[in-house]
This record gives sequence, C-alpha cells and structure tokens, in this order.
Amino acid sequence: MYVAVKGGETAILNSYRLLAEERRGDCSIPELTLTQIRQQMGLAVDRVMTEGSLYDPELAALAVKQARGDLIEAIFLLRAYRTTLPRLCYSLPIDTARMTLRRRISATFKDLPGGQILGPTYDYTQRLLDFSLAAGSSVVEPVPAATAKQEPVAAPRVVDLLNHEGLIEPEAPESGDPVPRDLTREPLTFPAERALRLQNLARGDEGFLLGMGYSTQRGYSHTHPFTGEIRLGEVAVEIVPEELGFAIEIGEITVTECQMVNQFAGSKTEPPRFTRGYGLTFGHCERKAMAMALVDRSLRAAELGETVSAPAQMPEFVLSHSDNVEASGFVQHLKLPHYVDFQSELELVRKMRARTPEHKAS
Amino acid sequence: MNTETDTPLLRVSGLTKRFGAHSACCDVGFEIFPGEVLCIVGESGSGKTTLLKCISAQLQPDHGSVEFDTRDQGLADIYRLSEPMRRMLARTDWGFVFQNPRDGLRAGVSAGANVAERLMAVGARHYANIRHEASGWMQKVELDARRIDDLPDTFSGGMQQRLQIARNLITRPRLVFMDEPTAGLDVSVQARLLDLLRGLAADLGLAAVIVTHDLAVARLLAQRMMVMRGGSVVESGLTDQVLDDPQHPYTQLLVSSVIQA
Amino acid sequence: MKPDDPGPTGYNFAYLDEQTKRMIRRALLKAVAIPGYQVPFGSREMPLPFGWGTGGIQVTAAVIGKNDVLKVIDQGSDDTTNAVNIRRFFARTAGIATTERTTDATIIQTRHRIPETPLAAGQIIVFQVPEPEPMRRLEAREAETRKMHALEEYGLIRVKLYEDITRHGHIATTYDYPVMVNDRMLMAPSPIPKFDNPKLDRNPALMLFGAGREKRIYAVPPYTKVRSLDFDDHPFEIQKWNQCCAQCGATDSFLDEVITDDRGGRMFVCSDSDYCRQRLAAGQRAPADQPDSAAASVQAAT
Repeated sequence: MYVAVKGGETAILNSYRLLAEERRGDCSIPELTLTQIRQQMGLAVDRVMTEGSLYDPELAALAVKQARGDLIEAIFLLRAYRTTLPRLCYSLPIDTARMTLRRRISATFKDLPGGQILGPTYDYTQRLLDFSLAAGSSVVEPVPAATAKQEPVAAPRVVDLLNHEGLIEPEAPESGDPVPRDLTREPLTFPAERALRLQNLARGDEGFLLGMGYSTQRGYSHTHPFTGEIRLGEVAVEIVPEELGFAIEIGEITVTECQMVNQFAGSKTEPPRFTRGYGLTFGHCERKAMAMALVDRSLRAAELGETVSAPAQMPEFVLSHSDNVEASGFVQHLKLPHYVDFQSELELVRKMRARTPEHKAS
Repeated sequence: MNTETDTPLLRVSGLTKRFGAHSACCDVGFEIFPGEVLCIVGESGSGKTTLLKCISAQLQPDHGSVEFDTRDQGLADIYRLSEPMRRMLARTDWGFVFQNPRDGLRAGVSAGANVAERLMAVGARHYANIRHEASGWMQKVELDARRIDDLPDTFSGGMQQRLQIARNLITRPRLVFMDEPTAGLDVSVQARLLDLLRGLAADLGLAAVIVTHDLAVARLLAQRMMVMRGGSVVESGLTDQVLDDPQHPYTQLLVSSVIQA
Repeated sequence: MKPDDPGPTGYNFAYLDEQTKRMIRRALLKAVAIPGYQVPFGSREMPLPFGWGTGGIQVTAAVIGKNDVLKVIDQGSDDTTNAVNIRRFFARTAGIATTERTTDATIIQTRHRIPETPLAAGQIIVFQVPEPEPMRRLEAREAETRKMHALEEYGLIRVKLYEDITRHGHIATTYDYPVMVNDRMLMAPSPIPKFDNPKLDRNPALMLFGAGREKRIYAVPPYTKVRSLDFDDHPFEIQKWNQCCAQCGATDSFLDEVITDDRGGRMFVCSDSDYCRQRLAAGQRAPADQPDSAAASVQAAT
C-alpha cells in the first residue's frame, strides 16, 4: 500500500550538515580567516558591500566565507542582515570633490588639474596567469616612497570644469530639494524619479548592468558616452547630531565614482549641452560604476526627448530586473514543488489530446 | 445628449499647440455635426496630425478647447473631464483608426478577438454572441468571416486596415478619427477601402474626421474639408467647392499639382 | 515573549521589528478596505529568498501573536520541505505553537492550495503569491495595469479568455485562475488550482495575500463575493477525477498523481495531507476495487 513519504524535516537537517562539510572542505587545510578575505579578496568584498547596500568589510567578508565565494549568495546574506539593523540617522551626502584620490582618470582630456593618476588597476596588465602566485611565495616590491605618498592636489571634477563654460547640463536638485525615497523601505513604483533609479542601479547586479550598458554601445540606443572621470579613494562620512548642530566626521569609506559625458541635447529654447550619466559604488567596483553610468544616462531618454526603442532605455524593464537577490530567488524558486499546478496542466493536456481525433474526424 | 439639431457633435475653438518655439497648430476652430465627414488636408509639417491628436484627447493643447457632445453632460470640454470619462469615451463613442494598422490591432490574438475586444470591454459575456457579432462586422468590412480565428499578420495591409475599422465600429461610435487611413496601400486597394468607408459612413450615420495629404480621399469621402498649412487653416468649406474653385493660393497650388487621371 | 524583546535568536518576536510589522498591518488594513486591490508595501529582505514565500512570511509575521497556532502547507501538505522550513522559521523566531490540523489552526500559511476542510470565522489564511498581477502576462507594464485596475478596464483579460476558447474550445487556465472580487477588482488568487477557486467565494475566514518580491499585499475580507471569470455559455468548471483517493477514498478532494512504476502505473492520493489523515482516522478507506489508473485517469468535462 502506498505510504506518503514523510521526513522533510530530517532531510533539511541532513542537508545543513552536508553543506557545512562542503563549506569547510578538507579539515587538514587551514581555515580561511576574514582578514585574509578582506585583504586578498578585496574586490569580492567590495562587490558584496555595493550590491548588499551595506558598508562593512568585515561582515561582507563573513558573507563571502559563509557563501563559499558565491557572491550573489553573499549579497543575499548581507541584505537579510541589513534588514534587521536599526537606523540611527542620515549622513550628509558624501562629497567626492574632497576625496583622497588613489586613482583618477579622464578620457575626455589629455591632461587636467590634478593630473591623471593610474593607481592600482588591472587595465594595463597583460592577462597572463602568474604562476608565482600559485607557489605562495610572491614578494611584493613596495612602491617607492616618493610616488607612494602624495600631497593632496587640487583635483576639481571634470564635469565641474565643463560646467564653468556651461557646456554640460547642470546637475541641480529638484525645486525644494525633496528627501529622496528609500528603496529599501518603499516599493519601486513607476514612473520612477532619478534618485530612485540611481538607488536601484547602485544595488543592481553588475553582470546585468554590464550587459545593458554594453547594449547601448552596440547600437541599442547609443548615448555617445565619454568617460569624463573615474575617481577612486576615500571620502569622509559626516553626520550632524541634533545636539551639536554642526557636522562631525564619523569615519571614511572607499568609493568609486564614474561620471560619463554623453550625447549633447538642446531644444529651441536651450542651447546644446553635454548630458550626464552617473555611477557610484562602494570600494573599487569600477566596471560596475561605469556600467551604471551608461545605464543611468540611457534611462533618461524619455526625459531628454529621445525616442525610446531599446531595452536599456526602458525603466520598467531595467529596474524590475536589476536586483539579483530578487532574480535569483524567483528563478530558483522553480525548484520548489509545483506538482499541484502541474497536475492541473497534465489533466488539461491529456484532455486536449483525447479530443484531437474528434476534431480531425469532423 | 442634446437632441437639438443645432448642437455640434464636436466643437473646436482657438486650438493652439506649440513644441518649443514652433507652433504646430495655431488658433484652429471648427465644428462637426452628427453624420458629417470632415477631411483635414495638408502636406507633412502642416500640423494636421497634431490637430488630430489634440481633438482626440491624445495630446493636450496649450490653448483653446475641444468640446464633445457627451451622452449625459451635453457639450463638455474633453480636457476638463476626468481621465476615466475620457478613456470611456475613447472606448465607446469614439473610434481611432491609425495609419499603420499594426498600431491599432493586437498582433498576438485572432481577428475575432481584435474585433470583439471593445464589446467585451463594455460587458459582453456570451461567447457565441460575441463571436457572431465579430463575424458580422468582418463581413460588413468585406473580410472573409471564416478567417475570424486567423492572426492579424496573416492578413494583407488593406485587410488589416479593414480589421482595424471593424474593431473600432463594433461599439457604434458616434465619431471616428482617422489618420491617413489609406496611406501605404496600393491604389486599387485604396479605392476599395474608400468605397467601403463611404458606404459605412452613410449606413451608420458616422461622423468622421479624416486627416490626409491625398485630395482624392477628401473628394470621395468628405462633405467638408479644411486645408492646413504651417499650423493654420488657410481655407475651408464644402469639398466640391474648395476643390473645384480654390480661393487661397496654397489650395490652388495643391489642387493644380494633383495629376489628373 | 514581549514585543521588541530580543529572544534567544537575538531577533524580535517573529523576526520583523515592530515598525515593519506596523507598516505591513497598515497595508493589510488598506487591502481589506478594498477587496482584491494590490497595495504596494515596503517588502523587506528576509532570510528566505524572494520567490520562496517571503510575502506570506511577512504577512504572517505581522499578524501572528504568541497565542496563535500556526499551520504551514505547501502543495497541500505539511511535510514538504518548504512548508517545514517556514514552520521552523516561525517556531524559532516566535516560539508559537504549530499544528498540522486545519481545524486547530488560527493562522494557515499556504502555497498553492486551500485546505479541503472548510475554514471557520476567526481563522486567517495567508497565501504566498509569486505574481500578484493577473494581467501581467498580457501587459508587462506595471504603469498600464495599474491604470486598468483603477479604471476597471478589464477588456484585455476577456480577450485572453475568448482566445482560449477559440484555440482550445475552453478556457486554458488551470491554476491562478483570475477572479472578480466584490464585483469590482480583478484578482490573481495565487497559483491554487482552479479546483480551489469556489472555496474563495464567501469564505468565513479572512484571506490575505502576500507577494514579497513584487512587493504587493491584497486581501479578501470574510464573506466577500468572489467569482471566477467565464462566459455565460462557457461557465467556469472545476477539475474532476474518475477516481477517489487511493488511501482514504475521498471523492471530493484534489488528488495528487503519484507514479508507482516505470510502465505508466500511477495512483491518486489526496493532496491535502491533513484531510486524508482525518478521514483515515475516522475509518474511511478506498474501496478495494479501484479502477486501474492509467486509462481512466481523466474525465472529460461535461
């Protein structure tokens, strides 16, 4: 006689044990420490912080460790943790003009005040596997002191330079400077204002945005982008406590900022000016910041009077599918039992097939 | 609805629409009465399409008013109605035939579903009856009713246009707007379509506003016509009079440049 | 456990903080005030993935109290892994009593089924919803579907049903079958089989729907009219089986098909594990002479 299989709970508990084993791997091999992950897997940590919407390298490293290097899983862990954190106050907007620059490049000018600082980048490496890293005995030559320590140099933002001449659209807050809505507290609704779109893109999956940004370069609505500036460095985080009434610095964070200079637009009443795209990430997520800037500009198509024809210009399409925690959850939910609904479909298909000979006969 | 015979179905006054510094429509005014067909003729850039969009609630004008003789409020400015009311009008009392039938049809559902949609939107609930109505209307527009289950893109351009017309007429709108309904069709197909439209307008007592660059369309379909140029109406009157005895130099130019058959 | 008192797990009662619960309850009140209307809410990231019941969990977490008795089912059964997981979640974070008996539960969280045992006034059933918008597959744009609901413009879904009948001879939707709530709002009842749709109509229980990923909440208050869409001459019909449950003999419950061998052998058992168990406990059995499954598995409607 048929007996319904029970034991779902036992199966789950056993799956936890198997997972713990896999996560740890061979116990004779030293366990990874969070410090090692932070130090030597910094870009993984940076991505998890950016898409997890939480600046805490230690927690991000823990998430990376717990997720065995699966960054989307790590992002999910960090987001779930973030939900439980109390909110103490809002900081002032960070001022990237006052960034301690470690890297600063511009493709729009050969030289500019503050100079081009290459910084730590893979850009000009040759992608040859370095087997000395495998041996574990690589020695890093310290950068000579003269070039390593730099006096802070005045490095005005490229877009500010263009702004002096009135060549680029001004970036002014809306009248009344309304408080931006918080995407982690309210659902996304359409039409979505730019502040909300930028939040969505900042949290969005790097791969998805990369593909979308790439599509704009290949003709699915071209925005003629130039990299106005990319900056990497530390910025101060400041709050204004009520009791004090003035700003105090509570710490600093590393961010990567990308400002794209795009297709100029004008109208009968306005002279032509360059337009902008903006990208910002925690840590050093340059590819993401650039892709974000491309997509940000592309999504402004309707506002700038351009014909909307490509997916990267459609806010509903881009913003509804950019979140990898949502996407991963829904794609993978197909693993859950669906046999009741499938039963209904089975019945329908059988019925339809049973009727087919009748149809043919009549 | 006003039953006085001197109430226009549509009254446009001082209609102006600008895009930046450019005036697409300048101070346009006219009236349409039940059963009348009006053609708005002009070359591209004349403002005729902008005018059509403004009077069919698709584009809000900067100045002026567009009043429609609604069933329960009489003559009312359509831009002062609530959006639900406007959308209801668009579904029932008005029809809009797009230049490209693909803009006015649902590509993914059958001809029958396309034709019957407005019926279902206003509450029709009996499948066989709905299908029967749709079938009847396909015949009225001279389509083979046996093709009721075929998808729109299996029909030719001219037939898709007929489908679009049927889809609009099934709720017996009182006023139909048409944007270059015969553009892009072969000459012989155009002629047959114009014949159909003329017959339908007469049989159903339809009022229509038709935008076209083709004087032949005006000649065949419209009792009255307006000539537009640079956003303004340069001449208007009975179609035959305007075409046989044009007063304005621009109209004269238009008329004389039409190749005589 | 007092609210906002971190329990042994370090989290608040039922995981969510009280502010969030209040936000969800406000959304629920709006939802109950307009039966079937989708209320946007600030869905939180939960420890379970989106798509796995976070909406249902947030609704349950917002309404559950320490004296509640919770039942969680998935595909009608208490023992499927997802139901187990969610029940464990609440046991850990709220410490409330749980049950597998429908009649003993004050709150039932469900995925894809409504229990066979009729619900009673005072019970709450919480549905997990993957896609709250019934017209989503016909119209991808949220801005447009929102307008359609606001203006009661439901021609599109009727077109879809018309088209089904044209192509298949009958409406081809078998689950998540769209309904009209309170003669006004078009609603997606979640992927319950259409077999369960009649249970929605004038149900004495409060029915709450949570879509975590899509961030919408909606509700059907007790005793509300819920009508499945159809045409006058193609009326709504539920699925029927030729057979009864191979265990308890029930002829009125939704049956799961279980494949028993690789030669097409199959049997049918109640999807609702509690219903089947209760019947067995009361001495009900399947008759010994069950017709063989494969050939007689489907009865044509009408």
